[in-house]
Amino acid sequence: MIDYFFQLLDHTYKILFLLIPVLVSVAMVVWLDRRVWAFVQKRRGPNVVGPFGLLQSLADALKYIFKEIIIPASANKVIFILAPIVTMTLALVAWAVIPFSNEFVLADINVGILYLFAISSLGVYGIIMGGWASNSKYPFLGAIRSAAQMVSYEVSIGVIIINVLLIVGSLNLTDIVLAQSKIWFIIPLFPMFIIFFISALAETNRPPFDLPEAEAELVAGYQTEYSGMMYAMFWLGEYANILLMCAMGSILFLGGWLSPIELYPFNLVPSPIWLILKILMLFIIFALVKAIVPRYRYDQLMKLGWKIFLPFSLLWVVLTSSYLFYFDLLPKN
Amino acid sequence: MIIHSIFFYFFATIAIISAIMVTASKNTVHSVFFLILDFITISCLFIMIGAEFLGMIMLIVYVGAVAVLFLFVVMMLNVSQQKNTWFSSEKSSTHIPFGLLISLIIFIELIIVVGGWKFKPDLIQSYSSIGVNLNETNTHSIGNVLYTDYIHLFQLGGMILLVSMIGAIVLTFRTRVGVKRQSYIKQISREKDTAVELVNVESKKGVKIDV
Repeated sequence: MIDYFFQLLDHTYKILFLLIPVLVSVAMVVWLDRRVWAFVQKRRGPNVVGPFGLLQSLADALKYIFKEIIIPASANKVIFILAPIVTMTLALVAWAVIPFSNEFVLADINVGILYLFAISSLGVYGIIMGGWASNSKYPFLGAIRSAAQMVSYEVSIGVIIINVLLIVGSLNLTDIVLAQSKIWFIIPLFPMFIIFFISALAETNRPPFDLPEAEAELVAGYQTEYSGMMYAMFWLGEYANILLMCAMGSILFLGGWLSPIELYPFNLVPSPIWLILKILMLFIIFALVKAIVPRYRYDQLMKLGWKIFLPFSLLWVVLTSSYLFYFDLLPKN
Repeated sequence: MIIHSIFFYFFATIAIISAIMVTASKNTVHSVFFLILDFITISCLFIMIGAEFLGMIMLIVYVGAVAVLFLFVVMMLNVSQQKNTWFSSEKSSTHIPFGLLISLIIFIELIIVVGGWKFKPDLIQSYSSIGVNLNETNTHSIGNVLYTDYIHLFQLGGMILLVSMIGAIVLTFRTRVGVKRQSYIKQISREKDTAVELVNVESKKGVKIDV
């Protein structure tokens, strides 16, 4: 019994060691997002609180904590409160399987990529629950929109993952990264990387696919009735999800923790730094897209997902598998 | 091992309670949420017996896709405010025997399967050609069985699904007349020369523009 206790303590320590950096970096990344957005538009962005405005997110968080939480009278209280908790929890539990280096991974499970995919497909529930429980029109419309959108783009993400799995021959994330030690998958699967990136934008409700919270039509979409800390939890969950998608992209296509060149000065950099740099690079592209591209119309979004991305990625599955089969490169064990 | 049992009973209790709540709760949307909770706990049970692939597929397919569509339909139909008068109305007397019959059949089937597995464990192995290799992950084992020995059944299942999907689309497909559509190819490919026309308007005469 005492063994279990120590094991529990050990795991709690590991989980905290992972979660606290993730939460802090989510706050930092919000600042980075706003800064990049501002620089594209020739503004300064948040630069008052702390050096370079680094503490802006902390100030925002404090503001949210001290604001009153308002629950609408006609809302379904239990589900209304559960919704931001679900979003936040799902965004954080997925980090358990992300490998930061060869040893540094919290849960090295055999079905890591399926786990990531499953958790990211559950993310839609936070939004639907919030939209439905608010019992008002704008949140409900936002929730319906986002449900359809996320289900559609999950399909193409799933097919893209199949492309990578065909080459690797394992569902384990560590194996996927180690299989890229010769060549990163972004080079042979470059079109898939582009489609993955765009689908990730749609999956995390980022602009240009932020129709669930299109402020011109739907006020703030599913978050309209939320205030104070509950709104902040939606917000944190959303950014944690974006970071997770960036991590997924860098593990699937950019070689995870591997350094770009296996040469002397690059070898010295510890591997988690490489993964963090790759995540940050993808995130900056996310932020740039937000600043540059105008919002899609809803029918264009659906058309893009079902009529272009899905057939194209399916075609690539056929291409990849026939290439691997013809040149006898299929992974064997 | 004791921790394992505690976790098992924890998940099993949640699964059973939420399964009961699916039928018992008055609000249909709550029913769907309990169904989702049930799916999630069952996938946890799958993971506990070491079938991690099945557990994850359960999460992806049932919770990630099927239940979302359930929720979608229930919310769109707006039946959430209807009172559940199932057990109190006269109608129930005609439905309850039928429901009991179906559950009895399912129960007997389960008894046959579980009983056969319990009392004659070598029965299943002797009839099937599956050699389970315990050294490989269960994703590999399922793939090895599904795509070699049972490939025809697997493809038949896929075909049936495809046909039923096309059937559902054909049944619900109707072309409406008078729908205005926007084609973005057309919208983007509009050029200045064909879209804009410079008209010289004479004073006090006005101009008539053909559309």
